[in-house]
Amino acid sequence: MASATHYSVEHENLNFVFKSELRKRLIMAMAIGVILILLGCILLMMGIGVADAHHGAGHGTGHHGGGGAEGSGHGFHWTKRLWANLWLNGVFFTGIAVIGVFFVAVQYVAHAGWSSAIKRIPEAFGYFLPITGGLLLILFFIAGHDLFHWTHSSLYEKGGKEFDKILYGKSGFFFFPLKPGSFPFFYVLRMIIFFGGWYFLFMQIRKLSLKEDLETDFNTYLKRPVIYNKLVYISTVFVVFFAISSSVSAWDWIMSIDSHWFSTMFGWYVFSSWHVTGLATIALAVILLKEQGYLKVVNENHLHDLGKFMFAFSIFWTYIWFSQFLLIYYANIPEEAIYFKERLSGHGGLYAPVFFLNIFFNFFFPFLILMTRASKRNVSILKIAIGFILVGHYLDFFMMVMPGTVGANGGFGLIEAGCLLLFASAFIYVVASNLAKAPLIAKNHPFIKESEYHVVL
Amino acid sequence: MTKHEETHKFLVGIFNDEDILIGAIKKLQAAGVKLHDAYTPYPVHHLDEYLGFKRSRLSKAAFLFGATGAILAATFQSYVMGIDWPMIIGGKDFIAPPSFVPVTFEFAVLCASLGMVATFLVSNGLLPWKKAVMFDPRSTDDKFVLAINLADNKKIEEAKIVELLKANGAEEVNTKEIKKK
Repeated sequence: MASATHYSVEHENLNFVFKSELRKRLIMAMAIGVILILLGCILLMMGIGVADAHHGAGHGTGHHGGGGAEGSGHGFHWTKRLWANLWLNGVFFTGIAVIGVFFVAVQYVAHAGWSSAIKRIPEAFGYFLPITGGLLLILFFIAGHDLFHWTHSSLYEKGGKEFDKILYGKSGFFFFPLKPGSFPFFYVLRMIIFFGGWYFLFMQIRKLSLKEDLETDFNTYLKRPVIYNKLVYISTVFVVFFAISSSVSAWDWIMSIDSHWFSTMFGWYVFSSWHVTGLATIALAVILLKEQGYLKVVNENHLHDLGKFMFAFSIFWTYIWFSQFLLIYYANIPEEAIYFKERLSGHGGLYAPVFFLNIFFNFFFPFLILMTRASKRNVSILKIAIGFILVGHYLDFFMMVMPGTVGANGGFGLIEAGCLLLFASAFIYVVASNLAKAPLIAKNHPFIKESEYHVVL
Repeated sequence: MTKHEETHKFLVGIFNDEDILIGAIKKLQAAGVKLHDAYTPYPVHHLDEYLGFKRSRLSKAAFLFGATGAILAATFQSYVMGIDWPMIIGGKDFIAPPSFVPVTFEFAVLCASLGMVATFLVSNGLLPWKKAVMFDPRSTDDKFVLAINLADNKKIEEAKIVELLKANGAEEVNTKEIKKK
């Protein structure tokens, strides 16, 4: 609808300017994050906030306190909490970054027009992938034994004291083609293939997207949009690759922490959590950019669609989360139910409040806040919903990683706050600096006019 | 009662193009004419806004139906499983909320959808035994039809409205008597 507030894409060839003020603030935030982590580590070294430091470092197999955590048989060392936090944030922010790429790819596969004015924002998220990828890989080699019970080679020695028949049966998934208990070749290979594949396909999408900007005549390009067609093709490849890799990476990086436990819903569970977090981050970035005077073409109609996405995928997450919970709760098979028992009543009830907060933050609040049409078109209400979703899904990943790694020694302290601050500011830094490198609006996208005149009834 | 009291008299303007129709709507509204409705062969974006229609309250009705369904299902299951005929199933509590969720959800959806369909049919007069009002059958083919209820426009002369319609691109202007509801 042509109105006084209508802006045309032709008038908007602005680049995002990554001001030195913002740069300084982000570096400050990263520094504060590091200081908080260091303070937290010092406190832990002094034994403050550690529940069972006196257990010693022996591999006591008979000890299965705290609701049967996989790793609780091993003594607690303060570094474990640091590694668990770095791993948690690494996986969480990998999700946001890869969902940025996934969002762009889905828009191409669906031949969507409405999102073409905002697609540069999720596109910039992909640049965070090599950072978290490198971090997770290095972290696995440093802290593999602290985080993953299955990495201990003594579990695979036949006839040995600690031989574990169940894990021995699963060993091919980690160690193929090498001997069980040696180097987890298949696991590391998968990690490299997933990050490599995601980043490679992302680079192809980004390169073509920037090349499309250089087309001189829009109308001639429209007659034969070669680059657009190529983008659709690569995006299709990415979506297919992501369908498999997102599930398997969820088993690898999170489900294998609780080595004996498994859930067939887990791939979807992690994907849905990643997806809604990514969508909320995209919406937040769009709103913040708009508030700074960029993206004038974007109006409440685009926000309405992003709000719908967040609403829908919050419910999707709930559906997946509840399906996983209800079947395990109802069947009550001990080796399955231990996962929820540990989270609800294990470790002295440490995780029970987070368990319920998780449902409120990720289902009830987004569901009720984003239900009406008016709320999805209102920036302040959207911001509230985004806040709940981002905090809620951090807690969701907290619930996935922490009980199986640090168990009773967990909690939300200085290390948690510091890691989250460090990762968030690093993420914003990388995204902002790459956002500044290309025009904010992809002006030769064949459907850019559709985005300009986008209306949601 | 006379025939005049049982029916409303409508002026029916026939247009050839949606842009001409929208232009005529704006001009007539500016002249103070109250419009009844417009009928088009296909949905025309923002026509409802030009005609000054308020947003439908159907979604609010849907929420109320859904909430009613959810409360009914939750109460019924709690009453049956917890009070009327308690049974031990899988060692769970008699009232075990997680196991009530699927039925509660499904019944909320069922009530919301059926209630919404019923509300829609009733509020639009589309019940099976009702006969739809058709101002001009050509609005289902290629013409754009604008209906004006003369009872809403008692202050303006009929001839003046006809003149306005013709001056703003109506191909023809007919009159039609429609029974009062």
